[in-house]
This record gives sequence, C-alpha cells and structure tokens, in this order.
Amino acid sequence: MANMVTLTIDGKPVTVPAGTLVIDAAKQAGIDIPAFCYYEGFSVQAACRMCLVEVEKMPKLQPSCALPAAEGMVVHTETPKVVEARKSTIEFLLTNHPLDCPVCDKGGECELQDMTFRYGLGESQFLEIKHHADEKQWSPLVFYDPARCILCYRCIRVCDEGLGVAALGLSYRGVSAEIIPNKGDHLECDECGWCIDVCPVGALTSGTYRYKSRPWEMNYVPAICTHCSNGCKTTLSVRNGEIIRSNNRDRSGINGEFLCVKGRFGFDFVHNEERLQSPLIRKDGKLEPVSWSEALKFVVSRVRETIERNGKFAVIGSTRTTNEENFYLQKFARQGLRTNNIDHHRSGDVITLVDALAGRTDALATVGDLYTCDAALVLGADLAQQHPLLAYQLRANWRHHRSPVFVVTPGPVREDQYAARSLRAEAGGEVERLEELREELKARQNLVVLYGASVKGEAVRRLVAFGDSLGIPVKYVCLVDYVNSRGAVDMGLLPHLGPGYKPVEIPGMHLDAMMAAPDLDVIWVAGANPLEGGREFASKNAFVIVHELFLTETAQRADVVLPSMSLYEKNGTVTNVCGEVQRTKAGPKVMGTKSDLDILGLLAAQLGFDIGIPSQEKVLDEIRRTVRGYNVPLPVLATGGAAQAAVLNGNVPVDAQPEQVRPSGDTLFTSGTLGKYSKRLAQLMEAPGRLFQP
Amino acid sequence: MTLLAPPHPLEKRVLLRRFPEPRTEPVWIDEYLRTDGYEAIRKALAMEPEQIVDEVKKSALRGRGGAGFPTGMKWSFVDRKSPKPKYVVVNADEGEPGTCKDRILMGYDPHRLIEGVLIGGRAIGANRGWIYIRGEYREYIDILDRAIAEAYERGFLGSNVLGTGWEFHLSTHTGAGSYECGEETALLESLEGKRGNPRLKPPFPATSGAFQCPTIVNNVETFCAVPDIILNGGEWYAALGTPKNGGTRLVCLSGHIERPGVYEVPLGMNLLTILNEIGGGVWKGRKLKAVIPGGSSSPVLKAEECDIPADYDSLAKAGSMLGSGATVVLDETTDMAKVLARLMKFYAHESCGWCIPCREGTTWLKKITARLEEGIGSERDIDTIDRISQSMLGRTFCPLGDAAAMPAMAIARKFREEILEKLSRADAFAPVEGAQPLVVL
Repeated sequence: MANMVTLTIDGKPVTVPAGTLVIDAAKQAGIDIPAFCYYEGFSVQAACRMCLVEVEKMPKLQPSCALPAAEGMVVHTETPKVVEARKSTIEFLLTNHPLDCPVCDKGGECELQDMTFRYGLGESQFLEIKHHADEKQWSPLVFYDPARCILCYRCIRVCDEGLGVAALGLSYRGVSAEIIPNKGDHLECDECGWCIDVCPVGALTSGTYRYKSRPWEMNYVPAICTHCSNGCKTTLSVRNGEIIRSNNRDRSGINGEFLCVKGRFGFDFVHNEERLQSPLIRKDGKLEPVSWSEALKFVVSRVRETIERNGKFAVIGSTRTTNEENFYLQKFARQGLRTNNIDHHRSGDVITLVDALAGRTDALATVGDLYTCDAALVLGADLAQQHPLLAYQLRANWRHHRSPVFVVTPGPVREDQYAARSLRAEAGGEVERLEELREELKARQNLVVLYGASVKGEAVRRLVAFGDSLGIPVKYVCLVDYVNSRGAVDMGLLPHLGPGYKPVEIPGMHLDAMMAAPDLDVIWVAGANPLEGGREFASKNAFVIVHELFLTETAQRADVVLPSMSLYEKNGTVTNVCGEVQRTKAGPKVMGTKSDLDILGLLAAQLGFDIGIPSQEKVLDEIRRTVRGYNVPLPVLATGGAAQAAVLNGNVPVDAQPEQVRPSGDTLFTSGTLGKYSKRLAQLMEAPGRLFQP
Repeated sequence: MTLLAPPHPLEKRVLLRRFPEPRTEPVWIDEYLRTDGYEAIRKALAMEPEQIVDEVKKSALRGRGGAGFPTGMKWSFVDRKSPKPKYVVVNADEGEPGTCKDRILMGYDPHRLIEGVLIGGRAIGANRGWIYIRGEYREYIDILDRAIAEAYERGFLGSNVLGTGWEFHLSTHTGAGSYECGEETALLESLEGKRGNPRLKPPFPATSGAFQCPTIVNNVETFCAVPDIILNGGEWYAALGTPKNGGTRLVCLSGHIERPGVYEVPLGMNLLTILNEIGGGVWKGRKLKAVIPGGSSSPVLKAEECDIPADYDSLAKAGSMLGSGATVVLDETTDMAKVLARLMKFYAHESCGWCIPCREGTTWLKKITARLEEGIGSERDIDTIDRISQSMLGRTFCPLGDAAAMPAMAIARKFREEILEKLSRADAFAPVEGAQPLVVL
C-alpha cells in the first residue's frame, strides 16, 4: 500500500498506515506505552501525559497518543528522560489522591496502582494538605468520588461519543476540576454503567458492587447476558455462588466492553428472595412445596396416564433456555409425548426471512457487520431501547467510518441524532417508504437491513425484493426480543417446523391455538409466561406443568411447578439476534433448582422415552450433527467466540404464521418476567426523569 | 478610564500616535477619519491579499500577546482557497498579570483595532471576525461596541465594505474570566460556547480554528500595528526596531516605579533606560531588586541582569522573555518569597485542570510557596520547587504549565539565599518592615 510509513520504536522497525498514532504503532510492535486518558476508539485527549515518549529531532517529549507516525520517525519509549517524566506524573497524581487503596473497590485492578507499581517513586515529597471533595451519588447505580478521580475523561467520552447520551461533563477548574452530570446533581441516562467500568481508578463506583468484595475473592465466569437478543458476553464475578457484579472488562466476545444496564446490573433477579427453590404441587387447590422426587413422580404418573388414554398435550417453550434445552424439549414433545403442539413466544418473523433468502450465503449480518457495513437501514425498531449493542455498533460505525444510517420508524428514536435520513411510518407500513431512500442506498457499497416485529410476512418478502433491486450486497437482521428467541426458532420450538426449519408431517397447534383449545389434557410450559396480563387457557381442566424461576401468573395456574435455573446458572449455547451461537457457562448457584435439561432428562428416563442422554455436550453434539446450519466450530465456541449458524440452505415451504409474531415491547429498563424480578431495573424505572429521551 | 500618560521624549509613538496630549475620551470615528483613519483599509482593499501578507512579513511584526510568533507567517498559513469560511479572532483577553496595554488601545483608539482586523480579514479572505474580550473590561466592551456600530454606519463594516462588495462582520464576544482563555485554542473553545480548555495542536487555528474553519488569532496590539504597516510599508515599520524584532511595542510599567503606565518604545531599547528614564526609576529612591520583564510568566531578572536590550531575542538569551511587555519592578524591600507565593496562587487558580502536570504541579507549588511565605519550610522545599517546575516544563498540554514553572524556577534559584535567610529568621512570621504591597499583582 502506498500510504504506509515505517518508523522505528525502541529499535524495532514498524510499518503502519500513515496517520496511525505512535501509541498504536508501538502496540503493534509489542511495546506497551502506559496511558490513562488514551482509550482506543475514542477521541484523543493527551491530558494525562503518561504516554510521553522521546522522538529524535524533537526537543520536547511528545504524547504518543496524539502523535501520528511519520516515515523515518525514531521513537524511544523507555529512556531515562521518559521514565523520569512518568515518575513525576505518577508523583503528581498521588499528591491529591487519597491513597485509600485498602478500602477502594478498584484495589487490585486499578490502573493507577499498576502504574505506581511500575513507575512509582516509593516515597513522596508531598508534605501539604491534600485537596478534598466529598463523594456524590448520581443515581441508584453510580457514585463518584472526586478525590480519587484523575480526570482522564474516559467516562465523558464513552457516554457522549460511544452512546450519544452525553450525560457527563467537566466542572470547575484546576485542582478542583471534577466530573459532573450534565443535569447538575443526578444522571439522566441509560444507566449502563460503562463509565464505571472504564474508570481507571476507583472514582466511579457501582451502587451494586461498592464495598462488597475484593477483585481477587471472586471467580470470573464467562456468560451470555440473559436479557435481550443481542447476546452480549458478560463476565460474572461470582463469590460463594452469588453474582457480585457483571462486566466485560476483558473485552472478550462480540460486544467488547459494551454492556447495557441489563447486562451490567440486571442480574440481581437470580438472587431475588422470590426465587422458587422447591417444587410445588397443587394440593386441595393450593400449591404446596414438595420434594423433587415426589414432584417428578407426580408428573410422571399424570403424563403416563395421559399418554395411555391418548390425551392431548401442548408444550410451550422458552426464549431464555439454551439451544440444548430447546432441542431436547422439542424432542421430548415430538418423540416422547408424540405431539407437534409445540410453540414459543415469537417476537420476529425469522421464518419468512429464512425462506426469502433461501440458498444464499452471506445474507445474514453478524454483530460485527454492523460496525463494518457501508450503510445500515433500520425499520420499525427503537434500537437504542431494545437492541443496545446493535445501536452501539451502528453508532461506532458512523463515528469511525462515517457509514450512514437510515431510519424508518413509527416514532422518534435516538438514531435520529446522526441518521442520514429519518422517515416516520406507521408500524407495519415501514417498507412502503423505502422507495424514498432508493437513490441514497444504491450509492453505497453494501447495506445491512435491520427490521423489527412490525415487518412480517409479505412485508419481509417485499423488503428482500427491494434489497435485491438495489444491486449492492445486502445483509439482513430480523430483530427478535430475548436471549435465545432466535435459537428457539432454529431449534424447532414450532408446531410446523422441526429443528433447522424442517417441516413436520402433521403440524400441531401454534401458541394462539393452544391458548384457545378447550380440550387439552396437559399443558407443559417450560420457562414461559403465556398467562401474563390476565390471559387464560381455554382448557380449564388441563393439567399444567410449569418450569419457572418465579411464581408467575402461569406458575400460579400450574398443578406442578418445577423450580428451574436461569441462564446464568447453567452451561450451554445460545443464538443471538444475528444467528451467532455462543457458549455460556454456569456461574452462581441457587439451592433447590434444576436446569430444564436435567428436569426433562429425569422425566424422560422415568417415562422411558429414548431421546438421548440429557447432557449438554451430548445434546450439542447432536445439534451439530443434525440441525441444518448448526455445525458450528467447537474451538470457536470454546474460546468464547461467536459462530454464525448457516441456516439459509433451503426453502421453508410452510406458512410462516406471521400473526404469531408479537413484540414484547421491552425498553432499556424492562426485560419481560426477569425484569419484573430485578429490583434494580424496577428501581431505575421508578426514578423520575431517569429515562433518556431521544 | 485609565489616564494615558503624556509621552516621554524617549518614546516612539506609532500605535499611540493619536495621543500627543493626555486625554480621557476615546478617538471616535470623526476624529479617527481626520487623522488618516481607515486610509490603510482603503489601501489594502486595492492590494492583492498576498501583498498584504507580504507587507506584514516585511515589517517583522511579531505577535504581541506573549509568544512572539511572526504575524505575517501566521497569516500565510491560512489556505485562502479553502472552501470553508475563514475567521479573524482578536485576542483581547489580556490576562497576563501586569499587562494593561490592550485596554489602552481599545479604550482610546478602538477604530485602529477595527481597521487592523479588517486588513487581517482581507488578507486571509475572511468575512467574519470576533473580538474576544475579557468580561472584566466592561467599559472597553462598551467603547468597542460603539465603535463597531459607528464603523457599520459609515460602511467600514457590513455586507458591502466601502462599496467593494466584500462582506465583513465584526462583534465583541465577552469572556467569563479565565486566564486560560487567553491561550488561543482555549479562547476558540470559549468563543464556540464550550469550556475553555486548550485544544490539541496540530491542527493549528490557521487550518482548523473557530468552528473548525481556518482562523487567525492575534493580540489586540498586533492588529493595531497593522494599519500603520500598510500605510507606511513593512520596511518602515521594521526599521523602527532591531532586526527580526520589527517596530515599536507597548510597555506596561508597574510595581515599585515612580511613573507606572503604558509607554510605546522601539523594540531593542535598553531595559534600564526604560525603567530609569521613562519610568523615572525605582520609587522612593530605593534600589532595584528585580524585574519581571514580560508578564508574570517571564522568569525574573535580578537587578544586575537588567542591562540588556528589551527585544524578543535578547531577553530570550538572558533566560527570560519579552512576553506581553508587562514590566513589573520590584524594589529592595520586596519579600521574594511573597512574590513567589502570590504568583503560584495565581497559576493554581487559573490552571484549567485539563492535564495532570499543570493541575497538580501548580497546586503543589502554591501550597509549598504559601508555607514559605509564612516562613515555614526548609531548604528541601526550595529543591522541591525546582524539581516540580522541571517536571512541568515542556510536559504540559498547553503553555500554562510552563508559564507557572518558569517564574517559580527563576525565583527559587535566583533568590534561594534570601528565602533561606527568611526561613532561618526567628521572627520569620513578622512582616518585613517597610515592605510595600505590589501595585499590580
């Protein structure tokens, strides 16, 4: 390439594209230049002066975070002059720093500690009284201690540049300068807590974690956030079986460091005191706790009896259980209970899309594609509220690559801030307005289209036809709501399609039909809440079996409630909104619960169903062998990567039943049933003025 | 308004040429026009923009704000062909302690500044200018606003300047009281309505200044020199001073001196001549102890170092700088520990807090020197002052850190013995008998 430059850093020649910052070029050469304010992907501040380096022919030390590499430049990063400068910077920083490391949350994972260890003088000449300012609480989740703050401005930048929220600013000057919420004394923001994570010191602390633990006391478990469908990797910090915090500071996974409020703080439902920890059986009209063996025996006897008299079963699966559990559940239903009456809460028309794109390769976008695509089109979805990671990716793409975003939604959305065009259309009518964007879209190199639940059935086909007519490569994302909504479709929790979109011979009842059917004998709800909002099963006398975390409306109607585990408590794989399969691992433990896979496995054994060993690895192996597109590479999963399932290799000759698609309408602060049992999310919902308005 | 002193015979009044007599009223437009006002812009409008820049280059005019960057060169960096609008910004923040020259120019001869800005605007192809003026200068803001209104009325400003079809608009913009906003990029941030933090350079304002458009930012005095350069030619102006140090400049004499005030002298006049002849010598017949030659950021000169020409290069050679021309005289009774403490208090107060060495360094210096002023401390403290200053020098984001470190280092080194003696005195807490408070600081 013509615009490459070669420079020498500590004697090593490095070739980088012109304009690369010296600090990045050094990283490429394996040389670590320390810095506080420099933060990859965000604007340069050059404020901390830690990254000063010596450059030949330049009289002053230069900040390597603000210095573009030039041909022939000779850089030294660890000369005595440089080291002396860093020592003095650390000395300066520590003059007014409280040095309360023994009780500071950040102790043990603090960049200032690490840097002091590396460059600290060991003794201080500072004999004066330290400057002090009191700690402040900005929101239920965010505390700020100005005394510890070193003013690196990372928090301001992730909030403003990264998220477009701009809740933080800088106030006062000199040694009194401190970060303040732009609303004065409180935050009106997404409450994502990213500012806390990027803080290199303990200035920003989390209302849920502060003074609770030391970083070395916890185990770190790689999990997938159980809330929305974006599939963010989150590292759970677990101590004694309890989740203490959740973040992704190791930047593993598709989301890097990004997490929204649900991912970072919404895990507290796991330890909600209302969690069911013992099976319940209805005795004399009341649900009474019983032992697992008694509960399972009761279920087995009723199920066996129903099978013997050829009774009617209906099975409702979950959008939050693993692929293995979903696969096993549909096998349990189809081969064990011998019914195709199986469905789940569908929140996006994936089936029509898979059919419309049949036979293509590379027509489904990944989360990564949203950052690299040349343009994006959002139809009928409030991404910032419902798909925070996807919204972040699009914004980052615009920020770094100026890739335009086009929005067609019923109301204003945050993407309007920077969208190239924002059109308003009634829900369901979004596709009708696409012609207005044709010329602008045609001019791009490629396009990613994201569509929400209001685009379904024929509208999806028209959308694909429009995409085809543009003459550029177009990729699609069908937006669905929950962590494994997409996996539930792929695994065949559908009355007319088995795993991998294979049509079944005799389609069963879909969800609405099950709800309306008056003659069901057994209704089996594995981790769903179809009775939410006062709905009822028309089969008044059906025997209802429910796997649940909480005593939901459905669980209250049940005859047997089996306490199940949440996603955080089990191993398995889930498929995100873009069809990317990721592995999640068990972190916390809640006494008395079993995973859905274990529950079904125990019942299958007692009922004599020959549907395979209920172990996660075995079931995953079967999925990889038998489900279309799911032969995902194990090493990718094992190393925390995301592998996109290739589901587009054949038509799906069935009615997609678009009327069964119903969006849950969650916001940043709600998350279906789990959200109701997360006190933190509820607390934020109740706080006035907390919600960021676009 | 401050009374402008009558001219001293050794003065060479160019910028102040309209004031042969003491006066209290500004030169309004009619008087300005009678004394060849707005002749320079008429001449400049007939010239090619490149010629204007060349003339300013020939004049060897250097920025009068403190850094002394050659003005013509600064103007030549602006890409006139850029499709973006270009802007002219006047730095009238005048925050350097001891400096009081810009207010004299704005207060007495406001149209000279407007004319200088017009010529600058013409040279770079701008259509818009701002005078960024410190908020404390309320009366000068009013004078400038009236002068600008007069200029609009007579067609020197507006959408058709003097019927040439060239559009130029000018207005004042009030600062909110920050020394840092005298730094050109912080000034631009403030002008844009943001927090007055300095910007990363490059890009320099000539490429990306106000609202990310090519911009020239110059001091009031610099713009005020331009009309006469255009009228009389660059060579004429250059010849007034020494080589590479063209023209005359305003000196703000303050401190322990008989006749404090603002005087205009050719560049290169001996510093002692300025003090003793024009300023009438140290007050009350006392002896000279030290001089701060170019505003509070310039390293102090001991009495014996003052026998040098007052121009950019000579003062730089002597380890100090001409800076803003604010010359603060300190007599023999001055407690240098107190001077140091007062200066450091100023810089700690004015540090914007953006970068670590300046934010923490100035505060640390303030705390140490406040102790020394009280007579509490040891020799080690003086070493620490020196070390802190060295850790700040050249490592801060903007020159404010240097501005604090340079005088700290100079005083701590040159008056080490005096401070040590103070610390050793049993009655160190008692004020020095007969010591006078500084007038300006």
